[in-house]
Amino acid sequence: MTDIQYVAPSTLDEAVGAYAAAKGAARILAGGTDLLVQMRAGMVKPGLIVDIKKVAELSAIEKTPEGGFRIGAAVSGAVLEEHPTFGKVWPGVLEGLNLIGSTQVQGRASAGGNLCNGSPAADSIPGLVAAGAIATVQGPNGRRNIPVEQVPTGPGKTSLAPGEILVSFTLPPRPAHSSDAYLRMIPRTEMDIAVVGCAVSLTMDGDTCTAARVSLGAVAPTVLLVEDAAKALVLTKLDDASLDKAAAACSAACNPIDDKRGTIAYRTKVAGVLLKRTTAIAAERAKGG
Amino acid sequence: MSEISNKWIGTSTIRPDGADKVTGKAAYAADTNMPGMIWGKVLRSPHPHAIIRSIDTSKAEALPGVKAVVTAKDIVDFSVHTPVPLGIQDMRWMCRNVMAREKALFHGHPVAAVAATSGAIAEEACKLIEVDYEVLPWAIEIDDAIADDAPILHDFIEFEGKPSNIAGTLEHTLGDIDAGFDEADVIVERSFDTKPVHQGYIEPHACLVNVTPDDKMTVWSSSQGQFMVRAMTAFLTGIPQSDIRAIPAEIGGGFGGKTIIYLEPVAAMLSKKSGRPVKMVMSREEVMRATGPTSGAKSMVKIGAKKDGTIVAAQAVHYLQAGAFPGAPIRGACGCCFAPYDIPNVHSFGYDVVSNRSKVAAYRAPGSPIGAYAVESVLDEVAEEIGIDPLELRLKNAAKQGTKAAHGPVYPVMGYAETVKAALAHEHYKAPLGKFQGRGVASGYWFNAGGESSAQVNITEDGNVVVTTGHPDIGGSRASIANITAELLGIDYRRVSVLIGDTATIGYSNLTGGSRVLFASAMVVTQSTEQVIERLRGLAAKIWGIEAEAVTWSDGAARPAGENAGKFEPLTLKELAARSNETGGPIGAGVQLNTAGAEGGFATHVCDVEVDVDLGIVRVIRYTSFQDVGKAVHPAYVEGQMQGGAVQGIGWALNEEYIYNKDGKVDNPGFLDYRMPVCSDVPMLDNVIIEVPNPKHPQGVRGVGEVPLVPPLAAIRNAVYNALGIRFYSLPMSPPKVLEKLDATKMAAE
Ligand SMILES: Cc1cc2nc3c(=O)[nH]c(=O)nc-3n(C[C@H](O)[C@H](O)[C@H](O)COP(=O)(O)OP(=O)(O)OC[C@H]3O[C@@H](n4cnc5c(N)ncnc54)[C@H](O)[C@@H]3O)c2cc1C
Repeated sequence: MTDIQYVAPSTLDEAVGAYAAAKGAARILAGGTDLLVQMRAGMVKPGLIVDIKKVAELSAIEKTPEGGFRIGAAVSGAVLEEHPTFGKVWPGVLEGLNLIGSTQVQGRASAGGNLCNGSPAADSIPGLVAAGAIATVQGPNGRRNIPVEQVPTGPGKTSLAPGEILVSFTLPPRPAHSSDAYLRMIPRTEMDIAVVGCAVSLTMDGDTCTAARVSLGAVAPTVLLVEDAAKALVLTKLDDASLDKAAAACSAACNPIDDKRGTIAYRTKVAGVLLKRTTAIAAERAKGG
Repeated sequence: MSEISNKWIGTSTIRPDGADKVTGKAAYAADTNMPGMIWGKVLRSPHPHAIIRSIDTSKAEALPGVKAVVTAKDIVDFSVHTPVPLGIQDMRWMCRNVMAREKALFHGHPVAAVAATSGAIAEEACKLIEVDYEVLPWAIEIDDAIADDAPILHDFIEFEGKPSNIAGTLEHTLGDIDAGFDEADVIVERSFDTKPVHQGYIEPHACLVNVTPDDKMTVWSSSQGQFMVRAMTAFLTGIPQSDIRAIPAEIGGGFGGKTIIYLEPVAAMLSKKSGRPVKMVMSREEVMRATGPTSGAKSMVKIGAKKDGTIVAAQAVHYLQAGAFPGAPIRGACGCCFAPYDIPNVHSFGYDVVSNRSKVAAYRAPGSPIGAYAVESVLDEVAEEIGIDPLELRLKNAAKQGTKAAHGPVYPVMGYAETVKAALAHEHYKAPLGKFQGRGVASGYWFNAGGESSAQVNITEDGNVVVTTGHPDIGGSRASIANITAELLGIDYRRVSVLIGDTATIGYSNLTGGSRVLFASAMVVTQSTEQVIERLRGLAAKIWGIEAEAVTWSDGAARPAGENAGKFEPLTLKELAARSNETGGPIGAGVQLNTAGAEGGFATHVCDVEVDVDLGIVRVIRYTSFQDVGKAVHPAYVEGQMQGGAVQGIGWALNEEYIYNKDGKVDNPGFLDYRMPVCSDVPMLDNVIIEVPNPKHPQGVRGVGEVPLVPPLAAIRNAVYNALGIRFYSLPMSPPKVLEKLDATKMAAE
């Protein structure tokens, strides 16, 4: 029954100012594909909505001086898809973001919203974690950079301080013969929520894997970086024994719940299966690239 | 009689309501508004089972903006001891389902409703209503509801002399079942369970109701029968039917789930009390908590056959969940499950079990998919034990004209065997399969229904046609009626406009249900059109000055019957219509019938699946439905029915289920976690239409809308066995369940 104020500032300072001043009564609006649904369901009732899409930095896709990418937090999956080179360098990040919902949803949904919504099953986050992406956030006390895996702290919770807005993701430059992939298990073929998600980023030297990062979604309160799985892959030829070891590391890292979306036993097993499948795709892409 | 050229019957004409629907112009139940309209919201029970000690609505009534509050006191009470049946419903249960009376019987059961100047105020007011509950233990699943120490929902219901949740039984017997099993060489006996599934219509229940100070009521709502809405609303509000006008909106899906009402009487009482039009729209969550679904079930099936494949005995026991009030579709489960077969000794028994979940509503061939799932699964195992092809087993035992069915009838001309023969001959049945792929088959039966229908066929002054019928159009019935009318009159179908009348503008017409609409409305439309044609011949005769018998009607015009009748230029429908005021006035005819002769429908489905054995995911990769439709008046809509049933069956078999939490509350009340299939989950579904005309129908029509949901559950289950060598006895075959069984089988082998 309360009225909702709406602002769409064009600078980040104004956005942070309005957001911080509202002291928790405000919500950031990126694509709105979580926020508006939650409002309709009566889960959140913001007094102020701060739409960040008019802030240039939050809607930009840029190359960094080091040769990496910086993606504005509010860039939608559909816009990122149209970028001429991003998807060639980071196909796994892109496929994670564009598994979200349907074509209509992808026209709005952003990786920033996906991260800040705090779902352990967020589909674009394992890819960003595996990529080693850094999140830039800005609040009343200035800017700071943190690894993406340190942003979520539990279902629906993040480490962002009151008044802080996620600004962008910075992805590192890519050595030759590197690539990534993301797979999720869902009972349907689309319009579903991940029961398990798995992202793998690899660098190959011939048949040998020289660097790897592995991330799992939906198997713990937050998206996980699984270092033991990566270790099991590095300096191997991705042979069966190494893959078995990495899969076992993934299963061991799982700390899931039994819920309507899957059992503990099922999720734990599937994490290992997806590790193998995702690694195979990433390796194939890396060798080709 | 007119000459049938079959120019329109059997063609897939463009549906008359299509443009409105694809442009978003079609008006559904929630699209109607009125000046001064206010909004109604329902307060629902937070407990699955509780005595309602008292309800205090004073704080809600005091909230500014609130115009009316209703509770069960405002709804007409019917004693639990005297049945008041209306179709498949009983007003004893209906009055308690729309508003909990003595007890709340499921989480989400309405206990009060508020109308206010905005939806938000109405919702706020609901929170201010104080209900004093005495929470009781509850039972959700069948086993819990029939246990010796089960909490009893209705203490006036007794079974075998004591209070029970078994609210009724049904039995069909043929021959001597024990003697039959004595003759058998092979006997297979298995137990199964299925989960309740929701009809999943896209449009949630909604209505707008206006009651004037002199108690005249208008109802706009989306349902499978405006006359059902009128009758039930009259019963539950005490306002006579003659003072209620029920106007059918376009319907966004029903599948049986809208043969019942939830909101209309509540909105009516809110409107009566407030003096304002009241609109109510359910959320998806309310739909999932408090409407539909069809029953979950437990079945035990035993079939005995001779070595040559002759089935000699068949026995089934089905326990079906009714939800909070009696009325599970045991008739469909017990009556249909052996209906495709000529079996001398049959015993089929059903239990109607109440438990603390929402009251079940009809869902396509109610009960029949549940019975067929168990029987067609056992048949697959019988075929394997004997070493006979599963379709050959079905063909060998196929019921035919003259077969006496256990549920009563002696079959007339029918096309079950034709569906099996067509499947056997089809290329699909012989196509090679890959690794972890499998093929399954199953058949199914649905009674189909006739019943009351009315139609009015009017010729406009410019020589076109307006047909009014009384059935909400769910599956394309307007297009089919246009085809038939155009055929009979010999004119272009675009000259026929088909409308659905409201309860004040067309005569009584029973529900859009039982696969009856085209069957019944084609009969009344045919007879009305024939009367119109007779009239037209009479007009031409008058103009020509000859006997009416000497005039024929063909190709849209009256013509002299032959040389002897005289030489006259044909008089077209347009010409006759233009001259009607000089020859006798308006041209039109209406017919009302209680139709009979709706013969049963049979189908056989062939399904291929592929299993991802590491993830436990079953995907349907090829699907072909073979169905005897009598006559496909509009083949595209017949195929739509066949495909729609198959898709719903795929959902039922693989993923759909209600998940209850430990508090007796549905944990997945939305489409994200209640997993109906999406388009990409299914392959293009192929259809083979078989036409064995129904001799009792002018166009040969049989109902086609329900039997497509009967075979899929077992066809998919049998296909999974063929792919993996593992038999499943429980639905849904969801990934965790499949993977668990795969792993257990692997472990056992190692
Ligand atoms: C039909 C449908 C299907 C979906 N399918 C999937 C799916 O398959 N996989 C999946 O992971 N998700 C899915 N989602 C959820 C949703 O689309 C994603 O989480 C999406 O990435 C959210 O992005 P957004 O830009 O729309 O976020 P918004 O809704 O705008 O924001 C989400 C939350 O993050 C906060 N927020 C947003 N941006 C910032 C920022 N820059 N700084 C601080 N806080 C911020 C908002 O206040 C809000 O709380 C689906 C949603 C719908 C409606």
